[in-house]
Amino acid sequence: MRNAFADELTKLGSQDSRVIMLSGDIGNKLFDKFKTAHPDRFFNCGVAEANMTGVAAGMAISGLRPITYTITPFVTTRCLEQIRTDVCYHEAPVVIVAVGAGLAYAGLGPTHHACEDISFLRSIPNMVVICPGDAWEVRGALRAALRQDRPVYIRMGKKGEPLVHDAVPADFEIGRAITVTDGDDVCLLSTGNMLPEAVEAAHLLKERGISARVVSFHTVKPLDIACLTEAFDKFRLVATLEEHSLIGGLGAAVAEWVTDDGVKPKQFLRFGTPDTFFKWSGEQEYARERLGLTAAQIADRIQKTLTRN
Amino acid sequence: MLTLQEKTILPETRPIDAPKLAEIAAELRGKVIEMSHKAQTAHLGSSLSCCDIVTAAYWHVTRIDPKDPLDPLRDRFILSKGHAASTLYAALAMRGFFPLEELDTFCQDGGRLAEHPPANLLPGVEAATGSLGHGLPIGIGMALAGRIKNESYRIHALLSDGECNEGSVWEAAMFAAAHKLENICIIVDYNKWQATARSNQTLALAPLRDKWEAFGWDAMEIDGHDIGTVARLMDNVPNGSGKPVALIANTIKGKGVSFMEDDNNWHYRAPTAEEVVLARRELGLI
Repeated sequence: MRNAFADELTKLGSQDSRVIMLSGDIGNKLFDKFKTAHPDRFFNCGVAEANMTGVAAGMAISGLRPITYTITPFVTTRCLEQIRTDVCYHEAPVVIVAVGAGLAYAGLGPTHHACEDISFLRSIPNMVVICPGDAWEVRGALRAALRQDRPVYIRMGKKGEPLVHDAVPADFEIGRAITVTDGDDVCLLSTGNMLPEAVEAAHLLKERGISARVVSFHTVKPLDIACLTEAFDKFRLVATLEEHSLIGGLGAAVAEWVTDDGVKPKQFLRFGTPDTFFKWSGEQEYARERLGLTAAQIADRIQKTLTRN
Repeated sequence: MLTLQEKTILPETRPIDAPKLAEIAAELRGKVIEMSHKAQTAHLGSSLSCCDIVTAAYWHVTRIDPKDPLDPLRDRFILSKGHAASTLYAALAMRGFFPLEELDTFCQDGGRLAEHPPANLLPGVEAATGSLGHGLPIGIGMALAGRIKNESYRIHALLSDGECNEGSVWEAAMFAAAHKLENICIIVDYNKWQATARSNQTLALAPLRDKWEAFGWDAMEIDGHDIGTVARLMDNVPNGSGKPVALIANTIKGKGVSFMEDDNNWHYRAPTAEEVVLARRELGLI
């Protein structure tokens, strides 16, 4: 995802002279093309994310379109007050781009995990939260974010994730979920880098005679209410999938909507990370397996839930 | 549309009328004291210590047009010490950004003049502040935007000494120095008090000028109540040093009213009607 982001950024930077790239001293060589093309519009802000975010807000207030970028916890929770007060309160069109969200950087340990960021950021007024499902959606999200005139948070994985789409989805729009594959029995609402697992889980379910719709629910705020309404109306089971805490993430957002809207779900499952720090060493695949987030585990739990009822 | 230069007088051709500025500062102090009394709000001492600096900004330094408060070419003055909002509001009203009568709505239900300056609500307020350590990074972003867009406006940010406790201030200081942002100037209202204690007994700020110099700024220590000097140095930005400018302004909390000066009870106390009369008399307003 991050390579697609850097490439798309370079293209969009050439089309729009307001685009400014602020990096928190990461992305070695990642932005070389952007830097070469726009040396006056790239700033390595150092390991000082509070200042980076405030500077971005000042630039955005002054008519520019800054993008802040570093590893997820550092570009979100480290500078949360600057995001809330400088960016969101001022309605400053800053695009905050996080890399390594969820357990993407599992091997780096809990200091680098990010399973709380959606929760924090979606609770701030004026903020849009997008979690692209693959590298193509990253490009779509960045294009859409820069067309907005408001703060946007883009939550990316790392690099080399499986591609789900074969181009930027033509209908990529903030707040409008994308149906990846259709089905009749269950609906998998996936946000962020869980999308390939969701697609794989649907394959496994199909082999067991269960037909699943897979939705890339890339925008967690604002929620696609039309998509949710149809899903809870039509399917025997709706499941949310995310590499994020069950507290405050997509699953929680959908549960809030279910409660507030008086929806009566037939079956509703939430897949996410538990309310603990994941302290074990190991990469993303290992962490997912420990936490019940692999395609096979997802398929099993859905199948069990369906047969139990 | 008039250019900024046509609308305002160039700094080098503007004589500083220090006695006139001092008169305005006294009037500003009078308004701030009345607002604190009427609303029974805190932070009067902090609001009074920066009245000379704010007067220098709005009556001499900052090139702004109250009729065109969002002119992209304007200078920006940021009250980073947002708890001195009453001083900012009174100055903006006296300069015509909104009617003077609106000062009566300070902290009243449904008004635009909250205890800390709001975002995108009141003409002339460049940034919503109140949480400390935010104004300088925002100001730096504005200053960089000016450089990128080849616009020659300047940024002044007024910080409190207690605010220099915040790490974001020093992150910002190093960033501005690295980028040789000579179109930004900070003024530290160094009144030696923060909310509940002497500032240097809280965190070791001293030697404050040396710190800013060590962080790469052209730092000067000045008398923050010598309004002519304050105006001259604030206006001398960029000053040819190739560095951002830091004015460490020695001030007195509660300045202008003998029974408030250097008494930190006035961080939270609001004056009675009798005290307002006494204060206005001392300020030569009655």
